[in-house]
Amino acid sequence: MISRRDFLRATAAASALTIGSGLGPLGRAAAQQRITQADILRFDPLGTVTILYVADTHAQLMPLHFREPSVNLGVGEVKGMPPHLTDAEFRNYFKIAAGSADAFSLTADDFVALAKNYGRMGGMDRIATLIGAVRAERGDDKVLLLDGGDSWQGSWTSLQTKAQDMVDVMSALKLDAMVGHWEFTYGAERVKQIADSAPFAFLAQNIRDNEWQEPVFEARKMFERGGATIAVIGQALPRTAVANPRWMFPNWEFGIREEDIQKQVDEARAAGASIVVLLSHNGFDVDRKLAGRVKGLDVILTAHTHDAMPGLIKVGNTVLVATGSHGKFVSRLDIEVKDKKVADIRFKLMPVFSDAIKPDPAMTALVEKVRAPFARDLAREIGKTDSLLYRRGNFNGTFDDLICNAMMAERDAEIVLSPGFRWGGTLIPGDAITWEQITNATAITYPNCYRNQMTGTQIKEVLEDVADNIFHPDPYFQGGGDMVRMGGMGYAIDISKPMGSRISAMTHLKSGKPIEASKTYTVSGWASINENTQGPPIWDVVAAHVAKVSTVKIEPNTAVKVTGT
Amino acid sequence: MILKSVEKTRRETLAMAAIAGLAAILAPRLSLADEQAVAAEIKKLYGDKKFESGKIKLDVPEIAENGLVVPVNVDIESPMTDADYVKSVHVFAEGNPLPAVVSYRFTPACGKASASTRMRLAETQNIVCIAEMSNGKLHMAKANVKVTIGGCGG
Repeated sequence: MISRRDFLRATAAASALTIGSGLGPLGRAAAQQRITQADILRFDPLGTVTILYVADTHAQLMPLHFREPSVNLGVGEVKGMPPHLTDAEFRNYFKIAAGSADAFSLTADDFVALAKNYGRMGGMDRIATLIGAVRAERGDDKVLLLDGGDSWQGSWTSLQTKAQDMVDVMSALKLDAMVGHWEFTYGAERVKQIADSAPFAFLAQNIRDNEWQEPVFEARKMFERGGATIAVIGQALPRTAVANPRWMFPNWEFGIREEDIQKQVDEARAAGASIVVLLSHNGFDVDRKLAGRVKGLDVILTAHTHDAMPGLIKVGNTVLVATGSHGKFVSRLDIEVKDKKVADIRFKLMPVFSDAIKPDPAMTALVEKVRAPFARDLAREIGKTDSLLYRRGNFNGTFDDLICNAMMAERDAEIVLSPGFRWGGTLIPGDAITWEQITNATAITYPNCYRNQMTGTQIKEVLEDVADNIFHPDPYFQGGGDMVRMGGMGYAIDISKPMGSRISAMTHLKSGKPIEASKTYTVSGWASINENTQGPPIWDVVAAHVAKVSTVKIEPNTAVKVTGT
Repeated sequence: MILKSVEKTRRETLAMAAIAGLAAILAPRLSLADEQAVAAEIKKLYGDKKFESGKIKLDVPEIAENGLVVPVNVDIESPMTDADYVKSVHVFAEGNPLPAVVSYRFTPACGKASASTRMRLAETQNIVCIAEMSNGKLHMAKANVKVTIGGCGG
C-alpha cells in the first residue's frame, strides 16, 4: 500500500501546498487573525491544464459550519493511514499547527472556539468567486470544472425542487461533468431527465440496465483544455442499490466493474488522451485499492467518504484527491503535459472561508432566487441549542443524538435507529435551530419515521450488517457512511472481528438489562430502503421535539464501547 | 434454477425485517453455509477425482444488489474442437437447501462454453462451479456472494 514516503514524494512535488511548513501561508495569516482571498487563491501555476474539483456539497448553497470527525477508524491495510487520522494525528501527519485556519477546517477538536474565530465555510457565491478567479488567471480554455456527486441532495430547497436549484447553480458555475450517488434517490426518470438536458455531462461507467446490460449513462467524456486531451471517466457509488432504495431505480445495476474501468482507460488512451481522470464516488479506501489494480489512471478525484486532505495520496503513478464536503473546499490541480503524458502535478486544497472571500454577485442573486420560494420556511426558528450539534463520527454524533431523542420521545419507542449519514451541517452552542438546520440533516426522498417491533436478534443482525459495511477489511466491501446510531440501547463493538461477532453487550439503557435475543422491542427509525414505509417524515418528528424542549442540550454519549482499533 | 424455501424462522425474520425498515429484501445470515452438501453432490457426479484450478471464469457480484435475482456468468476457456471441448458445467450454492443450482452440457458445436443465469440467494454464501473437459480433466472455481440488509449509505 502507500507508504508515508510515497505520500511525501507526492506532496513534495506539490510545492504550492499549504502544508509542509508547520505554519504555512494560511497558518501565519491565521495566527494574525487575517485570511485573505489572495491567501486562499495563491498558487504557483504549472503547465497548461487546471482541474477544479468539488464534491459532496450536499446541496449546501449557503456558508455553514461543518465539523470534521474526531473518530474515523481505518481497518486492515489502511489502519492508521490518511484519511483515518483525526485531530492531533491528522495535524502531525499533514504538518498543520493547532489552532490554525487549516486545523479549524480539517480537524474537530477545539471546534467551537475556532468556529468563532474563523467563521462559516462554503457558500456557492464564494465558490463561484474562487472558480472565477482561477478561470481569469488561467483562461477559460485551460480550466475543467468537475463535481464528484452528492451535490443534488441534502437541503430543503433541493428536496422541494427535485434538485432543480442545484442544477441551475451548477450550470451557472459552468460545470463540465459530474457523477452521482444521492442524485439517484430522485428516481430514475428525474435523473435521466436532468442528465439528458443539462449543459454538463452526467457520467457513470458502472450503471447498466439490469436486463440487457446496456449503459444507462455516458461512461466517459473527452475534453480539450490547454492543448491537451483529457478523458474523464465517471464512477457512481457502486453500492447505491444496497445503500439506498433500489425501488427508486429498479432497472439499474451498479457494481465496481474494475475491468470496464480498465477498458475505458485503454480506449481513452487509444483515442489520444494525455490525461485520464476517474471522477469517482467509490469512497477513498475503495479508490486507493482500485488505483493499485487499474493501470493508466493519472488522477482519481475521490468523493463519498467526505474526506478532506491537504495533500495528494499517490499509488503507483496515480494521484488521489480528497476534496472534502459541504462546499468547504475547492481543489485545484495544475497539470503539466509533455509528450502526451502527465509530467507533473501541483495541488492545493483551497479552503472556502466565507468571511475572507468576496461573494460573486451574480451567484448571490441566483442563490437568493432559488431559495426565495422557501425563504420563510427556512428561516423559521424552532428552538435553540446549548450543545455543539454535529454529524460526523463512526459511532455517534450529537445531531444524531438529537434525532434519536426526538424519535424516542415523539414515537414512544424503546429503541431507535438513525442512519449513519455523513452529511448535515454543524450547529455551535447558542445557535438557533431553524427549519433549514433540521432539514439539512434530514432532507431525503424516503423520510418516513416508522414504528414497529423487532426482536433482539433482529437488532443485532442490523448492527452486524452495518458494521460489516464499514469495517470489512477489504475496501471493496465497504459501502461508506458510518455506524447506525442507536437510542435507548448501548452495545460493545470489536471492529477487528469478522461479521457476526463484532457486536456484544447489547443493553437496554433505561432498565440496564441485557437485550434478549427473543424478546420483542418497540423500535422506531427512519430512512428505510423499503417501499411504502409508513410514518411521519423525520423532519416533523425532530421539529416537534425541538419545539417542545425549546433549548436542546445533549448529554455525553457513552453507550457504545469500541475495541479492536 | 430458482431456489425455493427459506427456513421458517428466516421467513419470519424476512417479514419482520421488511417492516423494520433498515432491512432490504433479505435478512443477513451470519452464515453456516453447507460446504459438505455441495461436496456430497460433487462426489455423486465425479467420485473422488481431483479438481484443478484455472480455465473457469466465474463472474458473480461480490455483493448482491438484489438477492432474489443474482446474476451468475460462467465462461470456460477451451478451443471447443472435437478433440478438446468442455463437456459439462455445474453450478452449486453452498447456502441453498438444494445445493445444485444448474447444469449445462456443451458440444464442440456450441463454439464456446459460456452461460448466464440468475440465482436466488437468501444469505451470504459461496458459489462453486465445476467444469468437466472432454479429456476427463475437472476444474473448479469458487466465489463468495455477500447478501446484505443494506441501507444507511452515507
